[in-house]
Amino acid sequence: MIKPLIQRDHAQHPPAYTPGYKSSVVRSPRLPKLSMPSTRTEETGPVFGHDVLGPQDNNLVINYTGQSAIGERVIVHGRLLDANANPIAGALIEIWQANAGGRYRHKKDGYLAPLDPNFGGCGRTITDDQGRYEFLTVRPGAYPWPNTVNDWRPMHIHFSVFGHAFGQRLITQMYFEGDPLIARCPIVNTIPDPAAIDRLIAPLDMACAMPMDALAYKFDIVLRGTRQTMFENRPEGL
Amino acid sequence: MPQSLLLLPETPSQTAGPYVHIGCVPNHAGISGIYADDPGQSPFAKDAAGKRITVTGSVFDGTGAALNDVMLESWQADGDGIYAPYQGWARMVADAHTGQWQLDTIKPGPVGPQAPHIALWIVARGINLGLLTRVYFEGDDQLTDPLLSRIDPVRRVNTLIAQETDPGCYRFDIHLQGDQETVFLDI
Repeated sequence: MIKPLIQRDHAQHPPAYTPGYKSSVVRSPRLPKLSMPSTRTEETGPVFGHDVLGPQDNNLVINYTGQSAIGERVIVHGRLLDANANPIAGALIEIWQANAGGRYRHKKDGYLAPLDPNFGGCGRTITDDQGRYEFLTVRPGAYPWPNTVNDWRPMHIHFSVFGHAFGQRLITQMYFEGDPLIARCPIVNTIPDPAAIDRLIAPLDMACAMPMDALAYKFDIVLRGTRQTMFENRPEGL
Repeated sequence: MPQSLLLLPETPSQTAGPYVHIGCVPNHAGISGIYADDPGQSPFAKDAAGKRITVTGSVFDGTGAALNDVMLESWQADGDGIYAPYQGWARMVADAHTGQWQLDTIKPGPVGPQAPHIALWIVARGINLGLLTRVYFEGDDQLTDPLLSRIDPVRRVNTLIAQETDPGCYRFDIHLQGDQETVFLDI
């Protein structure tokens, strides 16, 4: 069912120009965006079959070499919902992160913490019929970055999330409950509303921790809603 | 008090950062052996019907420098103007040296009253919320397109029209800010 999208609530998001995060200064549009009701272009989106996944794609602990990565073993799980709290099933979620020492496997990352030979840093899964997903990974370390002289990113995992509509496309970052670097981070603080920031912080979830194996954090993700009433008086394709 | 609408607020966006390639195109980033192929390498199967076209461009920042760490995604109808779920989507990454990206695809057909177009979504370090825009094509009839007809001032329409440099080859540069700022969409 193709449904019209509810207009995005920009109060939930960082504005484009956030000078505390210096990279945004020259990469932020300054003119107002063009607003228009959604069309078939934004209301549809790609579908990913389970056949694209490998058996270990959501297990970052072993998916690089088959040998176990070093670090604090954690399950990261949650549900993908729309604004009406309906589960979004069959949606692709991709994650990427630094290793336990805060080092990314990327040629542009020159941080002196070493690479883990058994950690690649990417994973993906497709949500089940109730919108649930889960990953097994190691908790990423904090790392320094060149913004002001002594800025450090909190521990975080990047999330790339598909819904059912291209207009729902979202990339965000998950943080870990209790990390004192969250409140100090210029990227976190691009979000003006403290309540919105709280929704990026995953709580420790002992109910889902595996005894003698892995802790767990729960991170629910909400994508833009679709209009639930179906009256339509627009021509096809608009 | 009336009933609550019980709508959940959307999860806030954060920048994709400079290492987006690790998660979205790991093989391109040199992380091989996890995924057989990077997703979105081609929007259509090799034998799909339609006119083959190439769209090339760069994304420029406010200083005129091309972003060499940008990632773009495209979503489009097929040659008949139909959105089909398992095709029509692609991912492009800028060349690390030149900043150029390229999309090899099929010229989309018109969708209802909309002129042929490709939706583009742009993420990078320094971009806090993915930017949505559209590629239209020089030479198509765009008079009745409902989106282009909303753009004011009219001269900004040109920022959404790819120029045909050779037959079937289009150039589409994106300017994040400045005199030539591309029209970005809130749809």
